[in-house]
Formats: sequence, structure tokens, C-alpha cells
Amino acid sequence: MKNAVGREIPEEILKATGKEPFQGNHYKDGVPFRKAGPIVRPVMDNQHSKLVENIHEALVKCKAHSGMTVSFHHHFREGDLIVCMVMKEIHKMGLKNITLAATSLGKAHDDLVPMIEDGTITRIEASGVRGKIGEAISQGKLQGLAIMRSHGGRVRSLVTGETKVDIAFVGAPTSDDYGNLRGIGGKTDCGVLSYSHVDGDQAEYVVAITDCLVPFPNFPAHISMTKVDYVCVVDAIGIPEKIATGAAKPTTDQRKLMMAEYCTQVVVNTPYFKEGFSYQTGVGGASIASTISLTKIMKERGIKMGFGVGGLTKPMCDLLDQGLVRVLLDTQAFDLDAVSNVINPAHHRITAGAYANPFNKGAFVNRLDYVILAALEVDVHFNCNVVVGSDGVITGAQGGHPDTAQGAKCTIVICPLLQGRIPAICSDVTTVTTPGESVDIVVTDYGVAVNPNRHDLLEVLKAADCVPLRKIEELRDTAYSITGVPQPVEFGERVVGIIEARDGTIMDVVREVKDVTFDS
Amino acid sequence: MRNPNLKRLRRSMMFLNCQKPGLIKDPYVYGPDSILLDLEDAVAEREKDAARYSLFHALREIDYRGVERVVRINGLDTDLWREDIRCSVAGGCDAIRIPKTETAQDVKRVEEAVAAAEKEFGVEEGRTLIMAALESARGVLNALEVCTASERLFGIALSGGDYTKDLQTTISGTGVELMGARQHMIIAARAAGVQCFDTVWTNLDDMEGFRREVETIRAMGFDGKSIVNPRQIPIVHDVYTPREKDIIFAEKVVREIDEKKAQGIGVFTVDGKMIDIAFYDGAKRTLALARASGKYKGEL
Amino acid sequence: MEIKKPAVAGTLESSDCMVTVEPGEGRVDLELNSVVIRQFGPQIRKVIFETLKRLEVTDARVTVVDKGALDCTIKARVECAVYRSGDVKENLPWGGVIV
Repeated sequence: MKNAVGREIPEEILKATGKEPFQGNHYKDGVPFRKAGPIVRPVMDNQHSKLVENIHEALVKCKAHSGMTVSFHHHFREGDLIVCMVMKEIHKMGLKNITLAATSLGKAHDDLVPMIEDGTITRIEASGVRGKIGEAISQGKLQGLAIMRSHGGRVRSLVTGETKVDIAFVGAPTSDDYGNLRGIGGKTDCGVLSYSHVDGDQAEYVVAITDCLVPFPNFPAHISMTKVDYVCVVDAIGIPEKIATGAAKPTTDQRKLMMAEYCTQVVVNTPYFKEGFSYQTGVGGASIASTISLTKIMKERGIKMGFGVGGLTKPMCDLLDQGLVRVLLDTQAFDLDAVSNVINPAHHRITAGAYANPFNKGAFVNRLDYVILAALEVDVHFNCNVVVGSDGVITGAQGGHPDTAQGAKCTIVICPLLQGRIPAICSDVTTVTTPGESVDIVVTDYGVAVNPNRHDLLEVLKAADCVPLRKIEELRDTAYSITGVPQPVEFGERVVGIIEARDGTIMDVVREVKDVTFDS
Repeated sequence: MRNPNLKRLRRSMMFLNCQKPGLIKDPYVYGPDSILLDLEDAVAEREKDAARYSLFHALREIDYRGVERVVRINGLDTDLWREDIRCSVAGGCDAIRIPKTETAQDVKRVEEAVAAAEKEFGVEEGRTLIMAALESARGVLNALEVCTASERLFGIALSGGDYTKDLQTTISGTGVELMGARQHMIIAARAAGVQCFDTVWTNLDDMEGFRREVETIRAMGFDGKSIVNPRQIPIVHDVYTPREKDIIFAEKVVREIDEKKAQGIGVFTVDGKMIDIAFYDGAKRTLALARASGKYKGEL
Repeated sequence: MEIKKPAVAGTLESSDCMVTVEPGEGRVDLELNSVVIRQFGPQIRKVIFETLKRLEVTDARVTVVDKGALDCTIKARVECAVYRSGDVKENLPWGGVIV
């Protein structure tokens, strides 16, 4: 059956998952549902200790079993040691058929591939998968399905009970012996614990893992003791230099600077750019450069931002320190400056749910004026792909892309026209992760395209004469004239993963890749 | 007929190493007026041949979208330059840049080779222009004879690195060591009716210094500057953008002269200034610069 | 042209490709490795074979490691490797078989 972005969703997948095909952004708007709630084991005994000796003991006490679902956060990013640590123990215990429900998986988890091959891990739910696990899934090595969902979509999935987490493992830079957890104050700081909040609320068991036990109470707690069953102290939960590095040096690449300038021009020439506007941006060189050039114009025109949200970097924190933004709402700290900026009283931690869950009574993304995003591919329907490489292999993550794109009044995607020989602006993206109806403007090094649905934006940008405006088809044609027309990647029949829309419907499926062969 | 490209706008001429496919595949996105496809200093000795194949196919197959394609050939003291010219002309380049030019004879040798290559490869005669880089005290002193050596020659460029070595000094960033050469070259170029281009600025950490230098050479009369990084392009173009009131004035001057010439009037006033035909070329140039920088959309 | 000795051209930088030619076994054997093999594999092979044909190379082992080079670069690297193998440095047939 074809869904609202024209993707064929096989009947057997709809049947197997009980899901509906994507029907447009507003399909579930206002549709009531009952929240799921976990089983809770109350602690009234004032002699009760939550401390366990090791991961093994935690697993035993949490009744770890084959077929269970375990969850993790990705605040330690490339420096994460927790997922592999726990999964190795599960593997040692001989448990099988595990659903790994992490907020995201990456290169830090390459060691899990053998556990996929031997059936320890048979299902994966994550924002996305970089590194060797992505390759393994695309090669069909995962027995079950990989479900890729956005940060907001993940919260929805836990809150509705679609994903039932048996044990949530929360890596915590600091914890006391009663499970008050903070993202700071330890030796492996990540700033915030936003993504694990919902796990704390919805998982049957919650195990905190820390490498820095501090005196009770570890306060103010980012995740409260009231949600934590056990606390396990280990030698190291992450590799600090891979978690957050020093702020990236502003780019000197003229191509990125050009795209940043186009992006800034689009922002300042659209009507939402006024006192109190809201803004989210990413970590790419062009995004950061754009924040820097935007700062200059905000100062010149005396315009201040109401709030900045999302994963934060130094230039956003600089805005706060200079009094150019009223509050920063932090879901993830991307560099050490952002980690240390958490002490600013106007720098607030928010949960992934408050940030982006489409199934609460209104998330921050709904109040965004601008979001600046990147993409692997954008097609002439403005659909974006951020998960599957142009070669068909899973290589990225949805993150907050579909959440913010839908929420923001003006969604800008920055994307160089060519990645090597790969045309990033194409006829049809390999896999749809964010529907074109959410995407307003595409900024490339070859010009800027406005979604025809946003006639209003096109008119103001035309009148401002501030950027080279192109039709999206023109950009695609230019790309193809340089690279040649790419042939569609050949996939096998088997569906290995699904791209879930924010509301739980199916945006697209990911199929197994085929080996390339030639007849000589 | 003289090649109409002799006088085209050349504010920014960006060096690119022909041996690097990633550099030559789409430099036009940065909007330089000309690219200097380099077969000389940027290319390692053992890759001289490889650079030529890349150059040839780039010239033939890449649509540079109106950006002028100038090839810097190897020096006349090497055994490479003749084949460089054959390759460039066959590929259809717009111009040849001669390095280390010292005499009119140097220009003539290149002119002959270019003409022969045009004939060999069936390229329209006179299509390929020439520019000469002056890189020594002798070359600078001979600027006028170089400027007048060939009908194909559109301009001369200072190459400051080698030139300062010859003077037994170094690039200071202040421009003091280049003062004489710059002054001499622009005078010679104007005397001969050709263009004049300034040397590269290589300290990419000092963009303020770069801007000051561009302002200086523009004030001296230079037509443009050789550049080494696309980041320098917006700065050069910004400095070469005429002020709003100069554009308005130039437009009036052109309009008035066109009109008054038809009526046979020689001298008149615009905004209270005495104007005659001598203002015409300058006003036209102002409008061309304004158009190139997107500040003027008129017809004149 | 006859491939008498091994020769290499190009690099492994992004947008480039590295081409190696060696004496063959009576035919052209191509080993192609490309980062864009799924999207452009057939096109790249076509460009390589056409270029070799123009240069009249009929007996060679050709290895191409491609990092996303455009067709014009692939041609240039193949030609460079072949002419290097034949020690041809001057009076090249620009616009002739190099086209």
C-alpha cells in the first residue's frame, strides 16, 4: 500500500507490526489515547540498599530473561561504554532474542555485531544506527526488524506502551547510592540526561550505572531516585574525549560559509525573525557558521531570541552569555562549552518528551520559528533522508529531524548539492525520513529552493533578493548534469527495517542491500 | 576583429591546482571572475603529465558557467611549456598565463606556440588570450615592452613571491616592498591599454590585512587580484563594488553622453559637475562593476 | 597501445581515483572498486573501457580504486596511466584519441 509520501509499504509489514502507513503530519492530531504505565516495586524499607556489585547482579535482580527489551541513552555518543558492557553480560548469561531499544547507536557499538549474528540481539529500536551495526542490519543479519524512530517518536512509543522496556540502563556521570542521577559533576560528564527521562518513567526496572558515586543527595537530580531500582558502580561509563570535544573551530571552508550566509539571509528576511523568535540548529560546519553570522545581525538590529532549543553548541551558549537569548533549552550537549554552560541559570535541561514527543499536550518543537537541519538527500518533493546512505546502507539517525521539521514554522535544510559524486538533491530519496510537507527551504551551495507549498516564503525571499533562488528540480538537474544520473540502488526483497513517522505510522521501509556484480 | 574578452571584468583570478580533481570540478560556485588552472608551481614535478590530462578533460567537459579559464603553463626555461600550450589550446582554454615573463620576446614565443596550437587543433585564430606574470626586477622594469608585445595580451600580473626574492627582501604584509613594482606596472599597463593584476595574499588568518591590501591596489588602479582561496573572493568583490552614489552618477553620465553625443554637444554638466567624453569609459566601467556585484540591474 | 610495464596514476583523495595498468594476459581485465559502485558502477566501467579502447589497449590488467571521481577525472587517470606505461610524454594526441 502506498503511503502519503508515495512509498510502497508491504502488506506483510503492516500486518506484522500492526502499524498503519503514514497518512500525513496531522493524522493523529487530537486523537485520544491512554498512557501506558509500568509495574512499580515500592521501596518502604529504610534499610533497603539499591547498590549492586556488578552488572550481572543487576541483571539477575531485574529478572533478565530471553526475549526482553533493554534500553539505553546515547548521551555518551561515540564515547559510550555502557551498551557494550551490559550487552556483553547479557551475552555471557546466554540470553537470546533481546530487543535493544537505545535512543541511538553508533560506532561505539561495533562490537555488538557478533551478538546480532548469533541471535542474542534480534530486534533493534533506535533513532538510527551508524557504523558496523547499520551495515549488519542492511546486510540482513538482524533476525527481526530494526525500527528507526525520531527522538519524539521514541518517547511516544514508550508512553503509548508500544515499546515495553523491561530494564532501562541509565549511564549517569554522577549518582548517589539511592539513584539520584546527574549529567554533571563526575569524570565522564555529558551535561544532561534528557533522553533517559521517559525510560525512568516507563521501564519496569531502572538501573543506574555510574563511575562516580557521590554523597546522598546528588541534587538537584536530573533523574530522581523515585524512578531508580538499582545503582551499579563501574570503573568507567564512557571515554570523555569521545563524548564532548572542545568546541569545533568555526569552519573556513568557503562552500560551507556560503551556505551559512544563504541560511542566515533566509532567516533574517522571513517574517518570523523578530524580537523573541525561537531557533534550533545543528552541529555541522555550516549550521555553526550560520549561528555566528546570525548573531552579528541580531546585534545590529537589536533583536533577541526568545528561546534556543535542542542539542547545543558553543555559539548557542555564547548567545546566552551575551544576553541575546532569553533561555536555552538543552536536550544534549555537543561540546565541552555546552556541558559547562549548564551552570548558567537560564540554561535549562528539558526532557526528550518536552522537547519533541508528538503525543503529549504540546512539545517545544511546536513553538519553534526556525530549525536549521542537514540531510543526506533531499528530493524534488522536499522529502529528506537522514538515515540511509545513497548506497542503500543504514548509516545515520533520525534524531530530532522529523520532530523539529514538523514543528517549526520555517524548516531550513542545508545540504551541499554534491557529496563527492553523489547528488544530494535527487528525484527520489533512497528512504524518506522526513516528509516534504515538513520542509520549507533547502539551502545548497548552488542556490536556495523554497517548497512551492510555502508561497508566502517564496514571495518574501524574492522581494528581498537576498539569495539565489532556484527551483528544486533545477538543483536536481544541475546535480545530475555534473555527476550523471545515478541508477537506483538495487535492493533485495527482504525488509530489514522500518522508518517510523513521529506518530507511529510507517514512513518508509529499508530493504536488504544486494551485492553488486558485473558480467565482464 | 579584436577578441572582445580582452577587456572583460577580472576582479578575482583564483589559482587552482590542476592535479586536484576536487578543486577543479566546480570552483564556479564561489563566483570568481577567472580561474587560474595551474600546471606550474602547485603541481609536483612527477605529476606534471597527470595534471595535463585532468586539465584537458576539465576544459572540455566541465561547464564553468562563464568563468574565464586561464591556464598557468610551466616556465619557458622548462621542457614542459610547449606541451602545456598544446593541451590547453586543444582543450579550449580562454587564456594562457606566462610565468616569470621578462621580455617581449618571451611573450612572442608563447604567442607563436599558441597560434600554432590553434592551427593544429582547429581552434578559431585569436581565440586564446595571453597574460604575463612579472616575477623579477628585470621583468617589472620591462613591463611596458611586455604589455605591448602581443595583440593577444590582455594584462600583466605581479608575482610578489619571486619578485621580492629577486629584490633580496620578503613579503612583509605592509606592501612597502611591492610599492615600486605596483606603481610601475600599473602605469605601464595603462600606457599600453591593458589590464593589471596584483599578486596573491597567502596569509589566510589575516583577512583584515587582505582587505586593506585589496583596498590599496584598487585605489592604485589595479583591475583585480590573483587569489589562492575562495574565501578571498567575497572580499575582493566587495572592495570592487562601486558605492551607490557612484553608480547613480555613472548611469547619468552614460545616459547624458549618449544623448548629447547624438546632439553634437561636447561638454555639459551632470549634478553640477563638468562632464565630457573622457568620463565615458570610467562610467561604463563603474556600471560593469556594479552589475557584476549585483548592485546594478539596468541596461547601460 | 601496448602495456609493457606497470604504471599508476591518480590518488585516493575524495573525487579522485587511482588507476593501475599492468601487462595483461591477452585481454583487458578490470578490477573496479568504487565508493559509488551501486549508483554509478556501470557508468564508470563504460568510461574505463571506452577510454582503453580509444587508446587501443587490448591486453592489460587494470585496477581502479574510485573515490567518487567524475567521468572526466576517470578518463584523465586512465590515459595518464597508459601513457606513463608507454613512456609517452610529448606530442600527445589531444582532441584525437584523448577526447
